[in-house]
Amino acid sequence: MPERPGAGSWLRRRGQEILLTAPPFLWLTLFFLVPTLLVFVLAFRPADPFGGIGRGWTLATLRALADPQYLDIAWRTFWVSFTATAICMLLAVPTGYAVARAAPRRRKLLLMLIIVPFWTSFLIRVFAWKSILHPEGLIKKALVFLGLVDANASLLYHLGAVILVTVYAFLPFAILPIYAAAEKFDYRLIEAARDLGAKPFQAFRKVFLPGVRQGLVTAVLVVFIPALGSYVVPDIVGGTGGELLGNKIAQRVFVDRNLPLAGGLSIVLILAVLLPLLAVLTLQRRTKRAAGRDAKVRP
Amino acid sequence: MRRSRFPFIVTGVVLVFFYLPILILVVDSFNASRFGGAWRGFSLKWYARLFHEPAIWEAARNTLFIALLVTFVSLVLGTTSALALHRFANSRLQRGHYTLVYTPLVVPEILMGISMLMAFVAAGVELGMLTIILAHVTFCVSYVALTVLGRLQDFDFTIIEAARDLGASGWTAARRVLLPMLAPGLAAAALIAFTLSVDDFVITFFVAGPGATTLPIRVYSMIKHGATPLINALSTLLLALTFTTVLVSQRLSASGSLKSRTME
Repeated sequence: MPERPGAGSWLRRRGQEILLTAPPFLWLTLFFLVPTLLVFVLAFRPADPFGGIGRGWTLATLRALADPQYLDIAWRTFWVSFTATAICMLLAVPTGYAVARAAPRRRKLLLMLIIVPFWTSFLIRVFAWKSILHPEGLIKKALVFLGLVDANASLLYHLGAVILVTVYAFLPFAILPIYAAAEKFDYRLIEAARDLGAKPFQAFRKVFLPGVRQGLVTAVLVVFIPALGSYVVPDIVGGTGGELLGNKIAQRVFVDRNLPLAGGLSIVLILAVLLPLLAVLTLQRRTKRAAGRDAKVRP
Repeated sequence: MRRSRFPFIVTGVVLVFFYLPILILVVDSFNASRFGGAWRGFSLKWYARLFHEPAIWEAARNTLFIALLVTFVSLVLGTTSALALHRFANSRLQRGHYTLVYTPLVVPEILMGISMLMAFVAAGVELGMLTIILAHVTFCVSYVALTVLGRLQDFDFTIIEAARDLGASGWTAARRVLLPMLAPGLAAAALIAFTLSVDDFVITFFVAGPGATTLPIRVYSMIKHGATPLINALSTLLLALTFTTVLVSQRLSASGSLKSRTME
């Protein structure tokens, strides 16, 4: 770009920058930043009887949040998300590796097969499982036939179903960043490790995994964070026994229309999302500093 | 050296896991039986019944209208955002701008839904089509901005300088050089915005209010009220649409990269 010195051109450039930045910046401030901050403020307002937000200030939301049921739900949400993320990683690492190492034409096909579910309606993918796990559904019949499950057992409406479908919904998101990192990995390093006497698994753990670390971190975050805020999955296959934080927020909005309490629960969720994010960021910064690595590596 | 077969076996299992539920759903949509599980013969009756559900078609019309408008607005806003982020990279304003664009991508949908709902209620805006459109544009802008930004970063700006040296005005250079070369990126971004808008359920559910219904909201209430075979048929139609879109977009991006290769 032509760069000419002088105060006039600096001013013009600055003007151009502001002109170009203002529309998206103002839009996101007005409809994303302000509403997010507003949640923290409105949580301290009383609910009005018409389902709106009343005047004055109150600590009613904070007192309501102290209810042990919410602590249980928050803890359960964390565990479900954690387990689903762990299972996703166990499946995504070998898959990402296999796709990256496949022959070019085959790789293109595999990639396409992984991306298609990514574009498919989320609601429909969750619904597909509801009909499979349904008492009249295929899996139930197969399991009863094999004698693995009692004819009266329910496959739907418990935490196991929530975890299964969460893995199903978010697995494509976990595979893609791992594939992206595995594709750039220099596989001669593994050969070198093997030549130096490392066993296959050792080479995988000590050379491959650290080499694709950035992809692993991204994969964990893109599964764990949406899982924490999950609402559709527990709502459709979870039943009352499988409710998570997201369901409680929705109930406060749609069942008893208590927006301040819904806001209070959202704050709990925001904190639950921020904590792992900050943990990863500080951990990354520390290891980066320790290793004195180039900071340009990005997903 | 012999490579382990284990990762390839896992990949096979994962693909079966991905596609089996979808396959069962498609097959069930042609099943005369009301519940899946037992095959009672081939039938198109669920599709026929689908065409006699005016509520579904009204929801589909709403969805299409919203998605087209949202795609247009978010494409304009997102492209301006990407141009600013690219051209003035590393200024303090752009660092703040980047954070503002990036954060919505890592915030769970339900949080965006509830915060926008509370803001609309607090501001006294009536919930309906308008609030759905505002909300959709908000989450689409970030995806458009980052997609276009990715294209801009691969873009060779000396070509613009060449056009300017050859006498093109700034506007002409942008229109005749930058825009055509950016077109595949813009098309990809538009496709993402359109798909996100058509598919969104959670945020829409929160800001829709009682009057306005989109297709995902309709599907959700059908799931809740147990109209299973109808959803199977509707889902199959939507899946067919998705597969077509993905194929077309693959073509688009393939021809796009081909064009940029021949231009080099």
